[in-house]
This record gives sequence, structure tokens and C-alpha cells, in this order.
Amino acid sequence: MKKLRKPVYFACGYNTISLGTGRSEFHPKKPRPGLEEYIKEAGQGVIAQISDAKHIDEGIISNFIAARFNRQAHLAAMIPMIDKALVHKPCSRVEGACASGGLALSNAVRSVLAETADVVLVIGVEVQNTVKAIYGADYLAAAGHYKAERKNGHAYFFPGKFSDRAGAYYEKFGEEAARKAMAHWYVQAIENARTCENAQEFENKASDLLSLGMKSPNPKGFVDHLNLFDCSKVSDGASAIICASEEGLQKLGIAKDKAVQVIGVGQSEDDLTQAPEDLTRLTTTQDAVQKAYNMAGISAEKVGVIELHDCFSITGILALEAAGFAAHGKGGDIVINGDTKRGGKMPVNTTGGLVGYGHPTGATGIRQMIDVCNQVTGQAGNSQIDMTNERPYGLTINMGGNDRTVVSMVVKKVE
Amino acid sequence: MNLDERLSNVAVVGAAGKMGSGISLLLAQQLGMAKAKNPDKDIVLHLIDTRDQGLYDLVQYIRGQIVKMAEKQIVALRQLYQNRGDLVENSEIIDELVNTTLGILRPTKELSSAKDCSMVFEAVIESESLKIDIFKQLKSFCKDDTYFFTNTSSIPIRVVDEGANLQGRIIGYHFYNPPAIQKLLEIITWEKTTKELQDMAEEIAKRLRKTVVFSNDVAGFIGNGHFIREGLYALQKTKELQEQHSFTCAVYLMNKITQDFLMRPMGIFQLLDYVGIDVYNFILQIMDKYIAGETFQNELIDTMIKNKALGGQRGDGSQKDGFFQYEKGKMVGVYCYKQDKYVPLDSTAEWDKLLGDYPASWKPWKKMLKQKPQAVAQIFSELNSGESLGCQLASKYAQASKEIAENLVKNGVALCNSDVDTVLLTGFFHAYGITTI
Repeated sequence: MKKLRKPVYFACGYNTISLGTGRSEFHPKKPRPGLEEYIKEAGQGVIAQISDAKHIDEGIISNFIAARFNRQAHLAAMIPMIDKALVHKPCSRVEGACASGGLALSNAVRSVLAETADVVLVIGVEVQNTVKAIYGADYLAAAGHYKAERKNGHAYFFPGKFSDRAGAYYEKFGEEAARKAMAHWYVQAIENARTCENAQEFENKASDLLSLGMKSPNPKGFVDHLNLFDCSKVSDGASAIICASEEGLQKLGIAKDKAVQVIGVGQSEDDLTQAPEDLTRLTTTQDAVQKAYNMAGISAEKVGVIELHDCFSITGILALEAAGFAAHGKGGDIVINGDTKRGGKMPVNTTGGLVGYGHPTGATGIRQMIDVCNQVTGQAGNSQIDMTNERPYGLTINMGGNDRTVVSMVVKKVE
Repeated sequence: MNLDERLSNVAVVGAAGKMGSGISLLLAQQLGMAKAKNPDKDIVLHLIDTRDQGLYDLVQYIRGQIVKMAEKQIVALRQLYQNRGDLVENSEIIDELVNTTLGILRPTKELSSAKDCSMVFEAVIESESLKIDIFKQLKSFCKDDTYFFTNTSSIPIRVVDEGANLQGRIIGYHFYNPPAIQKLLEIITWEKTTKELQDMAEEIAKRLRKTVVFSNDVAGFIGNGHFIREGLYALQKTKELQEQHSFTCAVYLMNKITQDFLMRPMGIFQLLDYVGIDVYNFILQIMDKYIAGETFQNELIDTMIKNKALGGQRGDGSQKDGFFQYEKGKMVGVYCYKQDKYVPLDSTAEWDKLLGDYPASWKPWKKMLKQKPQAVAQIFSELNSGESLGCQLASKYAQASKEIAENLVKNGVALCNSDVDTVLLTGFFHAYGITTI
């Protein structure tokens, strides 16, 4: 498919806070909201912005692994809990590890294109603070190939995987520059998070972020090439958004200037049972982004705001390269020189990204779309950056596992 | 028999007590890990105490702590179990170590369970007669080469050795409270203690990652040799302050001088409460009995013992009332011995005013922990020339404390000044060495 056969829009996003260490509301030993509360808050937060919930034709919920963190499956059946009008509406739950949210969005786009729905309520949720990180690592490792990788994998499985990528990158392009770029990534993430009240690092008051980011890794207690500041934190939260056709927007009473049109959708999958060929490249990400660019008919130079998947600082840098913002091995340069900061040429992760905003895994892909939508339509509040006519497009990149499932979208303001 | 062989059959007597439970945990960690590395080897740890509920609580405590340890050491544990194809997830690996460790524990009320042990750690209450009685029994059924470790903070090892006729097979192994956390370990030998036992005791301490200070066999050793005397000095000074101030005011002032002016984690009377007035009194009696030419008695302590204002901690770790009354760990009242009741500590501003100003460069204890010796010297020079009552009393107190420390070396208890400082820095969390000021 070269172009989408009819216009598809996203609007009316709602993010709960990203709860976890760093938030003053977070107390490890006190009771916290669960899946139910987050799903309700996000879903009702969207419904409050539309004319009537009865116009919602379908619900899609994304979640990675509540079956282990919360011992709860069958999340599609939690959608009708949000509003009585959703009872007996078709609902489904999608899973693609950390790209679950992106999958929910692409499925919603397909429902609208297939004309089985004019309005889809898309919700993502994850509640991960139910267990200590060391056990959560077991659950999250399911995004890798359990049979082949888990036994010899690191205790902290995914930090281990991306530490290996960082190690390979150091070897090929030099450790010093890469480490510096990763530290600057952390600085940028926290600075951006401080502009967004919902971000997990909103209240971060550390003064010397760069030296925190430069801290030496501790291989005895953690992984070889990443420090804790290179990593996204454990998060609870939900995000929800409306995906609609032209007719859908009208029924919901959504003004077009509050919506973005999706003009490029790229979705790509690689074989979970095979190890990546080149640890210094995100080839599946590259494929998905290229597909999105192709459909949108644009290139990286036209992108003015980016929400990409920085589960780790190194992943953020690899994604910049995969998305064509820098040559292979040069991703760190545009972080260090400030191009990716707010006010830079191509601002990245304007509310902090996974490192700064937080990473409630099933919600992240949807949160990314909400943030891009807010930036492009001028609704980003304190996080707002200046969008220019030279670079009018927003880009999302949502990655699952070790670059195995990727969904990327290009959006623009509605003319 | 080498140390690893000896460490495969060990007992803790008084295992469920405050000190015993910590020592049991440390040994359970060592022996449990050894069993994990050598699953086919016989390794057992006997936990001996008189109370069933105490032993139940002890096993639960050890289980909880081993879980935490395994979680922390998960990277190394995955290596240890790399050939175990059935252990894949972190949770499976952690459970395995926990189950292995619980599997070597033998909780029991029978002292005779220790009969095959190569090493016995005793941690019953600080009672000379009880310790001697236990060691007599142990000697009657244990093998002739069994080594004994006694966790005493004051009783001379010679007294216990001769009392139970152990012929040098016993060593003083004084853990600080709580043993699993406190780094300091005082090792006490006397002339008969065998060289092999001394070497093994040192090696075990190393494996437990303890900071060792050797003390000669003089009642109270280094830690209590200093603390008990300092306590008596504080009590004497408090009495002198009473000539001008009320008793409650004097207690408050002395406690504040020793905490704030001297930049220590606790004031002297709060520390006495923490240790327990009854425990303090036990040690006074022992030192009084075995140290000639010095008196270890105090009327106020006797009164408090009589009135049962004993301090110490409850089972849940909360502080009981002694010199002070505590609510949620905070001091809210001062003991008044005349009326045997607590006077609320709500308006101390007047008392604080009496003490006057701190030295200009003064810093609270926590900040002092990071200061260099020059900074400490500067504060003390200001303190010594300070005109406020607080400075003057603190200066004299520090001088007395320093003399007590130096006398421990002069009288052959400690080998050198720096050993006394190590005890105060590590065991009492002081921020500076008293002998260096």
C-alpha cells in the first residue's frame, strides 16, 4: 500500500502519570493504583474530551505482560469497565512486548481503513511496580527468546542485551565519545521530563546531571556497559487516544486543529529466535521507519519532532541512526551538539522519553503518539517546542524486545 | 582439620537471641553458600536455643535475609548455577539458594546436638556462670578438638576457659550489635588460646568481611573498656551539674553535649538506653570484679535498675524507656529518679540557651563523617578555647575520653591508639578518632 486509502486521525490523548521511583506519590510499601484504576483514568480522560462515548465503535488495549506482573489476563474485557456505552463493543488486546502500544495504534488505523470502525478507543497500560526489579526482569525477559536466550542471559536480561549493544558500539566507534553521548542523552531526557507534570522524572532536582550520566557501570551488581542513568525506570501508567476517520471526528465533535493526520505507517517484524546480526544497528527499526517515510513521502530532514524508543540511552542513539538522522556511528554527535534538544534542529522525546518520562511498557507507544500529536497541534503546554514549516512532521518509533517488533508512524497537522 | 572442614559442622548456642540471631545469619550465609557450591558435601548449622518460638522466628528471619542477599548477589549466583539447566529465571535461582540454606539449618532445643560440631559459637546473655555452665556441658560431649567462640563484651576469656577447663580451645569473638550489619569484631585471646584457633578466627572474620581489632584479655576489652568508663564520667559530671541545675536538665545537657557538641551519632545517655541499663550494669559488675584499683559502681544506675527504668529494645527493635522516654524513636521525656517518672521534653529552649554557642566551624555528626583530620583539628581548637558552657564541658569530656582511650593502651588492653580509634569509629560510629584530637 503506497498511501492510506482514506484519512485517519489521532486526537484527544490522555496520559496518567508515570508512577515509580522518582515520583513523590510513590511509596514502595503503600498501596498503589492497579490496572483497573489506570485503564479507567486514561479511558475516561479521553471520553471527557469527546461528545459521547456511544460513538466509540471499537476498543483496543495494549499491554505487555500483566499476566505475570498483575496475574491478570483478558484485558480486552476491562474496556467496558471504562464506560457503560462500551459494553458489547468489539474489543481486543494486543501484545508485542514494549511495542504493544504501537501495535494497538496500527491495528486501530487498520480498523478505520477497513471501515469496520469510525472511532477506535486505543488504550495502553502497564503496572510493573508490583514486584522488585530483579523479578520484573524475569517477566520482561519474555520479550526475548526464552528457550535460547534466558538461561545464559543476564540477571537483568534486557539491560544485559543493550549493554552488549553498547559494548559492540564502543568497540566499533570508540567508548569515550559514545559514553559522553549517552550521558548527554540522560541530561536531555531529564531536562525534558522537567517540563511535563506526568513524567516520572518531573520532580528530578539533581544539579549535575552530566556527571551522573558519566558514572561508571558496576558489572558486579548490574551490567558491563550501562549505568542506572542509561536505563528507563520501572513504571506504572496508562495512555489512551482516539483513532478516527473523518466521519468519526465529526461525530465526536473534535475540531480538526486538535487532531493529527497519520500519513505514514511502518510496521516491521524480525525473527525472535535469531540473534541480531549486527549489534551496532537497529535493522528492524530502520525498516519500519523507512516504510513510514515512504508512505508519507518524506525523509528525515522533514521531521520536526521525534518520539523514539530509548529504553536505554544507547538505544536512543542507535534509533537516531536507524531513522536517518545521523550516519552509522554518528548518532552521538547530534546529541552532544544539541540538535536533539528542545530548541535543536530535531527535538527528540520532548517530555523525557522512556528514560525521563517513564516506560509503562504497554502504554509507551500510545504515549509517544499523544506527545507528537500535542507538539504538532500546539497543545504540549510547558513541553511545547517551536515547529517550523521546514520540518512540519512528527515521527514515532516504538520498539519491542531487542529490535524485533517495531511500529513507526509519521503524522502531520490537519490542513 | 582445615577451616572448610570445620565450617561444615557448626553450632550457635543462644541462636535466637539478639546477638545469636545475627551470628546465626552470618554463618547461615557462609555455610549455605558452601553447600550451594558443594551440594554433595555434608554441611550443617545447628541453631540451639531454649525457646521454640524464638527458633521459629530465627528461621523466618534467616529466610528473609537470605532472600535479600540472593537478590543482591543475583549476578554472581547466575554464574554459580550456570550448569543447572533447571534454574533459568532469577526467582528460581534465588529460591534454590534459599532452600539450600534452609536445608542445612538444624533448629533445636537440645544442646547435645552440638556433639559432632567442629566449631561452636556461644551468644547467650552476659552471665559468667551461665557461660561456664554451657561450656562445661559442651566439653563433656563435644570432640576433643572442637573450637569454641564466645560472644562476650566483657567477661575475661581466661575466666571462662579455666571455669570449663577448655585448655585454650576458646576465643573471645565480640560482635557488635547488630552482628549482621556492624563491621567491627573484637577478637580476644589469652595466653593459652591456641595459634591455630586464633588464625582460624581471623580467617572467619575475613570471610564475614569484618573489621578485626585484637584485644587483650582484660574485662570490658577495648569497646566496653572505653564506653563503660565514659558512661561513668558522664554520670559523675551530671551529678556535678545538679549543683546548679535540676536532675532532668543535667541529663539533658550532658546528653546534648556528648551528641551535638562532640558531633557523635547519639548522646551518652541515649547510647546507654540503646545498650540497656541492665546490660550496662552487668558489665559494670564484671569490670568491678576483675579490674583492680578502679571502682565500677554508680548509685544512679543502681536506682534505675531498682526502678526498672532499663532501656534496651523491644522485639520489634523499638527503643524502651531508660534515661529518656521514647515515642517512635524520638526522645519525648527525661527520667526523674526522685519521682520515678518521666518529665516531658517539650520546652528545651531555655536549657539549650545555657549551653550557648557551638564552635564557629562546627558541623553535625553526619557531615563530620566526610571531614578531613585538619577540619576536625580546627573545630576542636575552637571548641577548646570556646567560652560557652557547651564548649567548655565538651572540651573536658573529650579530654577525659581521650585519656580513657590512652589508658587502654598504657594498661595493655589495646595494642595501640589506632586500635581504640578503630573500635570507636567502626563500633560506635564516631566521626573522628579520639586519640588524634
